[in-house]
Amino acid sequence: MLSIKNLHAQVDDTDILKGVDLEIKPGEIHAIMGPNGSGKSTLANVLAGRDDYTVTAGEILFEGQNLADMAPEERACAGLFLAFQYPVEIPGVNNIYLLKAALNAIRKSRGEDALDAVEFMKLVRERMKLVKLNEDLLNRSVNEGFSGGEKKRNEIFQMAVLEPKLAILDETDSGLDIDALKIVAEGVNAMRSPERSMILVTHYQRLLDYIKPDHVHVLADGKIIKSGDEQLAKELEERGYEWVKQEAAAA
Amino acid sequence: MATQSHDVEALIKKRYEHGFHTDIETDTVPPGLDEDVICLISNKKHEPDWLLQWRLEAFRAWQKMKTPTWQHIKHAPIDYQAISYYSAPKSKDDAPQSLDEVDPKLLETYEKLGIPLHEQKMLAGVAVDAVFDSVSVATTFKEKLHEAGVIFCSFSEAVQNHPDLVKQYLGSVVPQGDNFFAALNSAVFTDGSFVYIPKGVKCPMELSTYFRINAMNTGQFERTLIVADEGSQVSYLEGCTAPQRDENQLHAAVVELVALDDANIKYSTVQNWYPGDENGVGGIYNFVTKRGDARGNNSRISWTQVETGSAITWKYPSCILRGDNSVGEFYSVAVTSNWQQADTGTKMIHLGKNTKSTIVSKGISAMHGDQAYRGLVRIAPTATNARNYTQCDSLLMGDQCGAHTFPYMEVRNNSAKVEHEATTSKIGEDQLFYCRSRGITEEDAVNMIVNGFCKDVFKELPMEFAVEAQKLLGVTLEGAVG
Ligand SMILES: Nc1ncnc2c1ncn2[C@@H]1O[C@H](COP(=O)(O)OP(=O)(O)OP(=O)(O)O)[C@@H](O)[C@H]1O
Ligand SMILES: [Mg+2]
Repeated sequence: MLSIKNLHAQVDDTDILKGVDLEIKPGEIHAIMGPNGSGKSTLANVLAGRDDYTVTAGEILFEGQNLADMAPEERACAGLFLAFQYPVEIPGVNNIYLLKAALNAIRKSRGEDALDAVEFMKLVRERMKLVKLNEDLLNRSVNEGFSGGEKKRNEIFQMAVLEPKLAILDETDSGLDIDALKIVAEGVNAMRSPERSMILVTHYQRLLDYIKPDHVHVLADGKIIKSGDEQLAKELEERGYEWVKQEAAAA
Repeated sequence: MATQSHDVEALIKKRYEHGFHTDIETDTVPPGLDEDVICLISNKKHEPDWLLQWRLEAFRAWQKMKTPTWQHIKHAPIDYQAISYYSAPKSKDDAPQSLDEVDPKLLETYEKLGIPLHEQKMLAGVAVDAVFDSVSVATTFKEKLHEAGVIFCSFSEAVQNHPDLVKQYLGSVVPQGDNFFAALNSAVFTDGSFVYIPKGVKCPMELSTYFRINAMNTGQFERTLIVADEGSQVSYLEGCTAPQRDENQLHAAVVELVALDDANIKYSTVQNWYPGDENGVGGIYNFVTKRGDARGNNSRISWTQVETGSAITWKYPSCILRGDNSVGEFYSVAVTSNWQQADTGTKMIHLGKNTKSTIVSKGISAMHGDQAYRGLVRIAPTATNARNYTQCDSLLMGDQCGAHTFPYMEVRNNSAKVEHEATTSKIGEDQLFYCRSRGITEEDAVNMIVNGFCKDVFKELPMEFAVEAQKLLGVTLEGAVG
């Protein structure tokens, strides 16, 4: 599904990603952990196609297509979704209006008819339940005045409506209270399917108790320096990152 | 990848949608302005002598005046002697009684503009008084309005059929010598609209006028007068668009509103005249004086404007809150893209007790567009318990455009409460990326964000206009992200 080879990327002429390799197969869940500032969000943004992030070497293939050639909206239409670490507020733009425009743009790109208001609302009501989204949030401006947790929940709600093939969840667990974390995790689990892959960027092993990853990677200083399974996450929780870095430096 | 400035340019170069030119023989007076030309205009329109004298007074005042220079606008000097001051479709002597008699080319023009002139195409409940160059050619829904006692006609007709009303109110809000452009208009105005809503009448439909500038080098000087008698209500829509041309054109309109006791006037404008090309060549120079006199107690005047066109916009729809408890409102969206310049805002003059005013101004600048908000809130000593709220937001797209704010406040009564909020923001890369990462194209994303920014103003527009305004904003700003 996703194949990243030797990916180098810059932000403002600073090298942030320094050779990332990652293979993700359909249905797999990969957790990416790593110290602050190691490049996790950068990787997520590069995948989603943010303008000011320049790929300087390497390639990203998503279902065989070269992502570098595609605009962010084309990537979204191809089935990529990024749940942002810091979802942005858009004053005056109705939350579900944006979502409807998004869904219909994606449907159009697939040659499907736009959903009318009734069909769309039916889908919305159904998917809202997955993350127990507060109904009031539907008609508020996008993320404006949402609490931190509400923003994160809204991201997962959007994912549930847009049904991407590959979802990148950038620290969706940060800022969620214990109950909310559980609810959101359940929502994510409900979205799991053999065709849908996910990348979970997280600092906490707790999320991985709820959403079982197939692989866990450590990203440090722009590179994946260690990969493993669930056990690795537990080990990181106990021992921190220093030992992994030393191990990598020694190798 | 993605938003490079040449994409932006390609998009904005998309030709002006309404840029075409209709070939109609016009009855045009040669360029130049003197008392003879004014006599000729007045004569052609069979005006009473008092009106001719009124025009001449204005002309004499104008001759002593200088073009204002305080505005934040640059343009080459205007040669007032190079302008032709009168132009009318040829068939004006036997003015059409129904649409069948209207020059089909004209109708075609309106159709291209999407003006719903044919009755079957009319938006339900909207009467259209279309102005082609300087003379009104078609008026619809007269009947229904007539039943309600509402007078809605061209200004020339009003002069003929309702001279007393015209004489009583003309210049009572914007006097002849008010400012350079108003004086010029008073001297040479050719036509416009007149509305009178009788006592206690709620106008049964929204009144709408489309202005259109057509013949080459013809300045257009519209005059609009709306009088809402005691306890009456009216909503008036003004929309404008013009064909493409290379030479700059002057437009200097005057709009006067009078609201008597308990009367309510809502005046909405969508202005999308030709803004000039991407090199700043051509485009309309729009110098407008719009003022409402909330003369009666408990009266209300509300201006809503969406200004996306013209090379230059100089416009300050204002309210004189003379009656006690009177209310004035100004909701504005102004867009300047390419090389457009706008200096716009409002004046709220509080004279009566418990008067209230609200100002919401949203300015959007893109490319080399430059604009200024200029607002005056004056609380006179007589205006006990006056209230004003001003919110003034600017949105910049790219780093070559400009936004400036000049709020003036004169508070001469201690009981006044005046609030002012202002923000300037750049269209967020983050916001754009967020929308795009959800599958929405850059163009649609810009559109959505800008429309969101303007929401507080758009919600004040009548339904039909709100839709048009949103589309217009999209066309104006297509790709203008930098
Ligand atoms: N626009 C920018 N200009 C310069 N440096 C940047 C920019 N954006 C990110 N960086 C830098 O890139 C590095 C990686 O940032 P990134 O956001 O990818 O980290 P992260 O792994 O997601 O960290 P966290 O766990 O704190 O979210 C950081 O050192 C950050 O300061
Ligand atoms: Mg991060």
